[in-house]
Amino acid sequence: MTSHSQSSTGPRHLRAAAILLAATTAAALLAGCSDSSSSSDTPNGSASSTGGKSKPKDPLAGAAPKSGTVVVGSNNFAESVVLMDVYGEALKAKGINVQYKPDIGTREITYGLVKNGSVTVLPEYNGSLLSYLDKTAAPTSIEATTAAIEAKLDPSLTMLDPAAAEDKDSLTVNAQTAAKYHLTSQSTIADLAKVGGQIVVGGSPEFQKRQQGLPGLKSQYGLTPKSFKPLDAGGPLTVSALKDNSVQAADVFTTDASITREKFVTLQDPKKLFGFANVQPMVSKAGLTPDAVAALNAVSAKLDTQALLSMDDQVQNQKKDPLDVAQAWLKSVGLGG
Amino acid sequence: MSGGAGFFDIPSDLQHSYAGLIGIHMQEAMIPVGIGLAVALPLGQLCVRFRWLYPPVLWVTTVLYAIPSLTFFVFLIDYTGATRTTVMIPLTVYSLVVLVPAIVDGVRSVPQDTLSAATAMGLGPVQRYLQVQLPLAVPAIIAGLRVATASSISLVSVGALIGNQGALGNLLQDAILYHRSNLALNSVVTIAVLAVLTDIVLVLLRMALTPWLPRSGKAAGRAARATAVEPSTEAALLEDAAS
Amino acid sequence: MSLFQFISDFFRDNANWHGAYGIPHRLLEHVEYSLIALGIAAGIALPVGLVTGHTGRGGNALALVATAARALPSYGLLVLMFFWLGLGLTPVMIPLVALAVPPILVTTYEAMRTLDPAPVDAARGMGMGPAAVLFQVELPSALPLVLSGLRSAAIQVVSTTAIAATVSLGGLGRFVVDGLYQQNYTIVVGGATLIAGLALVTIALFWLVGRFVVSPGVRGRR
Repeated sequence: MTSHSQSSTGPRHLRAAAILLAATTAAALLAGCSDSSSSSDTPNGSASSTGGKSKPKDPLAGAAPKSGTVVVGSNNFAESVVLMDVYGEALKAKGINVQYKPDIGTREITYGLVKNGSVTVLPEYNGSLLSYLDKTAAPTSIEATTAAIEAKLDPSLTMLDPAAAEDKDSLTVNAQTAAKYHLTSQSTIADLAKVGGQIVVGGSPEFQKRQQGLPGLKSQYGLTPKSFKPLDAGGPLTVSALKDNSVQAADVFTTDASITREKFVTLQDPKKLFGFANVQPMVSKAGLTPDAVAALNAVSAKLDTQALLSMDDQVQNQKKDPLDVAQAWLKSVGLGG
Repeated sequence: MSGGAGFFDIPSDLQHSYAGLIGIHMQEAMIPVGIGLAVALPLGQLCVRFRWLYPPVLWVTTVLYAIPSLTFFVFLIDYTGATRTTVMIPLTVYSLVVLVPAIVDGVRSVPQDTLSAATAMGLGPVQRYLQVQLPLAVPAIIAGLRVATASSISLVSVGALIGNQGALGNLLQDAILYHRSNLALNSVVTIAVLAVLTDIVLVLLRMALTPWLPRSGKAAGRAARATAVEPSTEAALLEDAAS
Repeated sequence: MSLFQFISDFFRDNANWHGAYGIPHRLLEHVEYSLIALGIAAGIALPVGLVTGHTGRGGNALALVATAARALPSYGLLVLMFFWLGLGLTPVMIPLVALAVPPILVTTYEAMRTLDPAPVDAARGMGMGPAAVLFQVELPSALPLVLSGLRSAAIQVVSTTAIAATVSLGGLGRFVVDGLYQQNYTIVVGGATLIAGLALVTIALFWLVGRFVVSPGVRGRR
């Protein structure tokens, strides 16, 4: 949280680094000690006392936060971190105490953390969340999607207003594959399914097991790939695997800048396997005041796909810090602090 | 270079400055070495006292050392969660495993004549241990500490794989997240520099503690080379050196 | 749910035993990567260690290389190599070889340096040429220490090969990484158990090899 000041100059950093290296062994140890008591890290085991003793304990779940603080979390990909910063900074601008829990992991992990109250606000994508909760749902509108989610959501959780901004998962093929099988941006996943036996599909490891992944591709489109290659959530592993053709198709986010840069082709999804994917905060009911809810909804009202594309571009291509990008955008729409 | 992409610009999601990460990293790496040393000294002395104890202890330590850090981490998640404690417990065990043989061999290598002389001067067993055996074992103990700290500092980064508990290692995750190879380079270089600096501090410490030894030369070179090796091998090397 | 419950669940699940994502296949991949890395490392370190140890030159340079290599974090090196070289086996091999070279190099050097000069002189006196002395006297005497270096390298490589999974390769690390992503602790712990088991098997193998390969005359000495 220190680096959001102004862009600091190189020499100052270097000097700081040099001084620090000199003092490392003693001073840094002490600094680290005092810092850990107040930092965001979860204390160990004892916290499970709030989670009830009867439930079998999930070792990968975290601990509950201090009361009075809103914990905003993110999944383990860049856009989720940006969204965490956008929503979190908007809360801060209203004078609300915010604690960040970035890069937690996949939805499989974050959902559990919001449910047990250790994360209060998580920027979600409505269709992807619904598919995680209900494999068979196929809503036809944003409102129906929200309703369907609420029906399946844990009673302690609720969805706030969806934003217009959309970022779907997609099945995207590389340029070689598109040329080889004559696939264009008008082609569908079903067209790829015809040659499925020759295709290696890549995606984040959980893509292999979740509905919006191999199981859904099989049940909706009859696509059974030759094999699956575990990569990352639309990150550099995915992009380089597509580029060097070690996978022919992969799960890429539709806002990803690499699609145009590398001439990847995103296949149409007429059966809406990847459904709607509007940004929509999932929150724990107990953790938010009406003011906080209003602040979050105000952000969603302004956030459109163009804004999301621009912020992703600034972070991934221009290498700006996500927090700076989030603050700049909030200021530009009049929600900054 | 624009905005936050500089070599020392740490992404905000890590919630710490570069200096802060170094602090946490050293804390996560050095506390285990400290605890390891505190446990290894009495344990080593026991092994010297009761010779039959040493072979089984050596066996257990060799086996423990073979358990990969990642395995150790994920086993502990069940008990201590994805926390820094989970990272520090295995590092403590590894330190212990390296230090016990180093201490045992160091203390054992003190010649019998020296011990007899000490006894003749009227030193009791405790005094003899503290004033004669331990100081003479310092080079071997420091050699062990060098192995323990170097591997500890490098292994903390693996904690990044279990929920961002890897201090400077978390930069590697962010390098992937934001396509910023600079961060990976920063992480590797900083960790390596920290390890080398700590190593230098330990060498200086040994020189200060053992003014009677030659400053450089064969023994120091041998100890330095021994730092590349795992404990039991090193114990064998030190045994060679002692004989 | 105890740790052992998770472990036994993993091994009792039939699905974990078949196909390209099953235990046998992942185990083979893991062994394959480890052997390649160890082979490359031995190919570099054994000759260099033998020559430097035989001539007695370059000991301090070796110490420097050893310290520097130990200071490099393997996982960090892997991520960096991925950025520089892209996907594939090479970015994984570089950190593994960097990990395995120092123990082999140092012990080989040390083994050659600490040879008892008496048998070597005796061999020369019997009229053996330099090659015969190296292969029939020096090498067999140095073998126990050289083997301990190889063992040390092998254990570290087997443990560390798990990181290959973070750059989409196979091996037993796949279970750990996939399990962490899929919130499936059973797979995580199962994979971790397999890696530790493989490391222990490696120790046992080297112990056996030491029994059979090391000449009885040399073995008795230690």
